[in-house]
Amino acid sequence: MDTMTLEQRKKIHPHKYSLWIAMGSITMMFIGFTSAYIVKRSQANWLAFELPHIFWISTAVILTSSLTIHLALKQFRGRNMQRYKQLITLTAILGVVFAVCQWIGFSQLKAMGLPLNGPVSASFIYVIVGVHMLHVLGGVIALLIMFGRAYRTRIRTYSAVPIEVAATYWHFVDVLWIYLLIFLSIAR
Amino acid sequence: MSNEATLHSQQEVMHGAHDHHDHEHHHEDSFISKYVFSMDHKMIAKQFLITGIVWAIIGAFFSVLFRLQLGFPDATFPWLESILGHWAKGGRITAEAYYALVTMHGTILVFFVLTAGLSGTFSNLLIPLQVGARDMASPFMNCLSYWFFFLASLVMMASLFVQTGPASGGWTMYPPLSALGDASIGSKIGVDLWLTSMALFVVSQLLGGLNYISTILNMRTKGMAMTKMPLTIWSFFFTAILGVLSFPVLLSGFILLLMDRHAGTSFYLSDIFIAGKALANEGGSAILYQHLFWFLGHPEVYIIILPAMGMVSEVLAVSSRKPIFGYLAMIGSLFAICILAFLVWAHHMFVTGLNPFLGAFFVLLTLLIAVPSAIKVFNWITTIWKGNINFTPASLFSIGFVSTFISGGLTGIWLGNSSIDIHLHDTMFVIAHFHIVMGVSAFFGMFAGIYHWFPKLYGRFMNSTIGYIHFWVTMVGAYLIFWPMHYEGMAGMPRRYYDVSNWASFKQFGGLNEFITIVVILVFAVQLLFVFNFFYSIFKGRKMTTKNPWHATSLEWTTPIHAGHGNWPGEIPEVYRWAYDYSKDGRDFIPQTEPIGPNEEVH
Repeated sequence: MDTMTLEQRKKIHPHKYSLWIAMGSITMMFIGFTSAYIVKRSQANWLAFELPHIFWISTAVILTSSLTIHLALKQFRGRNMQRYKQLITLTAILGVVFAVCQWIGFSQLKAMGLPLNGPVSASFIYVIVGVHMLHVLGGVIALLIMFGRAYRTRIRTYSAVPIEVAATYWHFVDVLWIYLLIFLSIAR
Repeated sequence: MSNEATLHSQQEVMHGAHDHHDHEHHHEDSFISKYVFSMDHKMIAKQFLITGIVWAIIGAFFSVLFRLQLGFPDATFPWLESILGHWAKGGRITAEAYYALVTMHGTILVFFVLTAGLSGTFSNLLIPLQVGARDMASPFMNCLSYWFFFLASLVMMASLFVQTGPASGGWTMYPPLSALGDASIGSKIGVDLWLTSMALFVVSQLLGGLNYISTILNMRTKGMAMTKMPLTIWSFFFTAILGVLSFPVLLSGFILLLMDRHAGTSFYLSDIFIAGKALANEGGSAILYQHLFWFLGHPEVYIIILPAMGMVSEVLAVSSRKPIFGYLAMIGSLFAICILAFLVWAHHMFVTGLNPFLGAFFVLLTLLIAVPSAIKVFNWITTIWKGNINFTPASLFSIGFVSTFISGGLTGIWLGNSSIDIHLHDTMFVIAHFHIVMGVSAFFGMFAGIYHWFPKLYGRFMNSTIGYIHFWVTMVGAYLIFWPMHYEGMAGMPRRYYDVSNWASFKQFGGLNEFITIVVILVFAVQLLFVFNFFYSIFKGRKMTTKNPWHATSLEWTTPIHAGHGNWPGEIPEVYRWAYDYSKDGRDFIPQTEPIGPNEEVH
């Protein structure tokens, strides 16, 4: 019996597995966007410009939120539910702040004379950054659900799987943003 | 909650901690939770199948309608006006309606029937049953997957009834035609609904695909090593990988197309004049869309054909009472096809101005697909070679699959050559090629699957006599319909044209086109016979009396005839051997659940 239990422990939880495949899938979507960007860039009439500076602030925000969700996971494992609730709230707020920063970035672009229906190089920024932002907001919704669960009194769950899944996803959208930022800064 | 309950019981059984006899009693089933928002993979499979059948009837009926136009371009059919209204004024289908019908036929058959209806049905039904799991990794996501498909279906269905008609720029939805509402009547709201529906469809496919992969990798019963799985599971596994990696790229392409339509961006548009007026869009590239589209579009044809291949492998081994020939080679060739699927998309674009040097690589990679395909064909033939074949409808359709896969695959070698493609592209030759190799073959695989696993789905058998009529008429009919199209195509007759009788060079095919149309009507009628057989047998078919009617080795036949949610009433059986121990050591078949004997060789 013991060896079988050990074997069982080595297997990762199906939900986590699904998440890893989903992350591969989302990555493919952004590979689609960024390779379209590269193809387009090699053609004539490509307009290069500086990215809005606020994107660096949003990078700092999302990096901080990765740290807070990591701490939240630690607190959950240590059964410090109060700290855990505070930390996932903070993470969700940082997620929203990130989205607001991106939105401000859009208006800065517009002010630079680069609206959505302007040059293709700018349109790409709106679409790529916009779709990424939606993925971050999806993570915020997941955190709100976790938050609701944490306050539920009737059923209490002590499984760390949901928060682990949420944390992995959160780090994923963080890394995805870093990739996009580096990509968009280099391939201008 | 059944999700956690199922997972929980699954793990406990895998621990081997204690017996469970109460799986069906974990939750009370209401009508809604049992038949509508069901989380039981078997019910979801039925939902996918029946929705797929409804779509198949609609899609096939559309092909009858536009074949009437191609076969009898000068005739009028007053009844057409009564069903299509102003789309068939005076009983003759208008050009706009013709394009809409062709577009919808393609969309419906490729996505709604042969993707959702085929892999949606059988991945759902067979993966948990054949790997030995209570349900999918996430039954809730599985349920969502169906309902996203249903929503996609509703939106697509609605697009058929809007005033300007459904999308009609071809199922590939190439811009600039599809990007500009002013370009044609079929590019107005129809395209928006088409894109919305397809976005929902992609979500459905991703939710399903994630589940299939994690169930296969994570939830196999004890002893079910990857190399002991039936080939069906291997094919569903590779299908899901293809879907999960290629559908998101299609979604990217669609998002950019939607932006071009509504946000004034110019991803795909440049230097366009409509009715003498220049558009402001500049700097876009229509070819960019084609790259994004075919990066999905090519894997999509394998998403369609791989499940059929898997089921045919299984049915052929069971019905010829012989182990599958070259089990590992079958897996290897599935893997090779899966890799190559991502590296050949530009062969759809040889004549778009693609760099001929680049084209040469795509020719090479395309022709390489012939190698794994030939390995598979060889293995199917050697599997039935000298076998003791039971000619059930399922095995006939499987043999038919091998036949159409060969004859349709060979023409692929022609089309895969960029130089021959200059002559053959956009002709009826292409229609003949992909309908035989992908359309007819995938349908044959699907029919084989339906006839074979119908007892597992409904606890009854389908009528075999109607099954034999269905097979022979469809088999002969399919060749009569598509074989002549090769000649038309080689003579240069273009596809998608509303009326080719104006050209002296294609007038000679008038009689041939009439003949094809008549066969189409006949074959369509026989498919309705199949649909009748299907629904009649659900309620009145011959009842199943034993658990394992086909004397098969795989796990799905160890469940009760009417298995509840959770599949096995007791513990999940343990597996000791591969799924193809037929005619071994003087025994007809040895189930996977039987331990290896002391003097027995493992395969």
